[in-house]
Amino acid sequence: MTAELILETRDLTRTFGALVAVDKVSLQFRRGQVHAIIGPNGAGKTTFINLLSSDIDTSFGSIHFNGQDITDLPPDKVSRLGIGRSYQKTNIFPEFSCLQNCWLGAQSRLPTSMRFVRPARLYDEVREHADKALRDCGLYQRRNTVAAHMSYGEQRQLEIGMMLATNPQLLLLDEPLAGMGQEESFEIIELLKKLAEDHTLILIEHDMDAVFSIAQQLTVMVNGQVLETGSVEQIRNSKAVHEAYLGEDEDES
Amino acid sequence: MNTRASRLIRYFLISNLLLLVAFPWVGEHFYVGLVMNMMIFGILAMSLDLLIGYTGLVSLGHAAYYGLAGYLLAIISPESEAVSIWLALPFCILGTALAALIIGWFSVRTSGIYFIMITLAFAQMLFYYFNENTDLGGSDGIFIFFKPSVTLGSITLLDLDNHIVFYYFILVCMLLVYFLLRMLLASPFGQVIQGIRANENRTRALGYPTFYYKLVSFVIAGSIGGLAGFLEGMHGGIVSPGHLGWHESGLILMIVILGGMGTLYGPIMGAFAMIFLQDWFQEITVHWMLLMGVFVIAVVLFLPRGIAGLIEDLAAKLDKSVTDSNRPATQKNGESGDG
Ligand SMILES: Nc1ncnc2c1ncn2[C@@H]1O[C@H](COP(=O)(O)OP(=O)(O)O)[C@@H](O)[C@H]1O
Ligand SMILES: [Mg+2]
Repeated sequence: MTAELILETRDLTRTFGALVAVDKVSLQFRRGQVHAIIGPNGAGKTTFINLLSSDIDTSFGSIHFNGQDITDLPPDKVSRLGIGRSYQKTNIFPEFSCLQNCWLGAQSRLPTSMRFVRPARLYDEVREHADKALRDCGLYQRRNTVAAHMSYGEQRQLEIGMMLATNPQLLLLDEPLAGMGQEESFEIIELLKKLAEDHTLILIEHDMDAVFSIAQQLTVMVNGQVLETGSVEQIRNSKAVHEAYLGEDEDES
Repeated sequence: MNTRASRLIRYFLISNLLLLVAFPWVGEHFYVGLVMNMMIFGILAMSLDLLIGYTGLVSLGHAAYYGLAGYLLAIISPESEAVSIWLALPFCILGTALAALIIGWFSVRTSGIYFIMITLAFAQMLFYYFNENTDLGGSDGIFIFFKPSVTLGSITLLDLDNHIVFYYFILVCMLLVYFLLRMLLASPFGQVIQGIRANENRTRALGYPTFYYKLVSFVIAGSIGGLAGFLEGMHGGIVSPGHLGWHESGLILMIVILGGMGTLYGPIMGAFAMIFLQDWFQEITVHWMLLMGVFVIAVVLFLPRGIAGLIEDLAAKLDKSVTDSNRPATQKNGESGDG
């Protein structure tokens, strides 16, 4: 498969003092595919996503989105180019209702929010997007509930809803299933499958069954470096990966 | 808060407003003047609430705009006649807006304790500038001999030298500011700054260049603070470095916290309470500062959400007791836990 490139990193590197959290990672992501990144804790997966979304600065190397160098863009510009992200550690507006949380996501697609007179609630196009995001993430019934009052699983759903409200082409998902119950996980996996139909996904996930059921491409990271990257089949059969990482999982099951 | 409880609050606020409207006809001259002071501080406190309560920026230099506008009014007022308000008002507001733009440009990129320090430092710079500037009266301050005139051609629209007219002028300004801020907060801009207060990083990650939103909020707050200073210059007839010192900034901050951050009406009430108590305590004892201190500590300890929080709780309780007494006794049991 050779769909066009949507995102490419070249020697992407990030250091924290002496620690090299992401070490010369060069990866290519193709439009319309689900590309999963797996690896043990501390492998640098979250840091890699933080670099892609510009939440943290790159130490070395570059990031190219649709052919444009976005390495030094601030996170708001990256978001407005069509890269949305969710966080491993829930990152929402706790005192806002679900609707308000998604509203801010949807409203960010207006050309500007430097608008001071007309009440925000009268912007129908924003409401439509926010409502759609709420429906997609399964929280439409909970739209008026304050986020802080919801269960952990629901907050995780909201995390995804806010990202969807910004209408991104490329989704960066950092362990969307982390800490979720079975039922909730199942719903989110179904949602991810649906999203995969018309979005590009970069998915960090520990749940191997979920990864194998959604992803086409798979990258294994260890100690900030890419251990192996390729199609899901290739990685499943890779000896190095089994020894370094997958081995443990297979033993358990 | 349910809609009925918030309606109760609205009735309460409207009845307070009616009292304010009626007051000049019944109150003594001195107290009418005192209420003008309260309303001016209400405007100032609302403008700071936009920063603290809605944008999450705790400024400790907000008096800078208040005092600066007073000086600008003194500068543009000739000594022998009144300046036109059509000249003086834009001059003072645009002047403070410009100052807020410059100060905000540097300070808004910091946060937390650094933001507090940098806003304080800028305000102190202005304080020392005016304190040393003998052309502007130095530490004694400078008089504003005539209130600006409100004329159209040769017709006088408002005679602000009339105590009662000036009272209503200030009241209308306070209401305009209140509704202007309500409008801003309901607008898309208002959603963004409230997002910044709740979680700035996430707001940025959702696609908003938060620096500019904070800066605009800072400039709006400074301009409204300038309006308050303009009114105070007219009302007091003098502006001195004390108007922009850190005492004054601390007082406004205290008023906002006492009144209840993020409510707009709370800071107005905080201004009324603070100035009333100041006046009253000063009358009964020379140690009035001590009493003020006790009062502030008591409010912080027992009313963590300020006066507005108290009002909200009372409204919710009142609403609940009305609801309960209208309901058949059998249904009451399930809902006794309101601890
Ligand atoms: N802000 C930070 N400061 C210092 N070290 C960090 C920071 N963020 C991550 N690290 C370190 O970088 C390494 C990779 O972390 P992370 O990207 O969170 O891994 P993963 O998501 O794969 O579990 C870890 O050793 C972690 O301790
Ligand atoms: Mg991680």
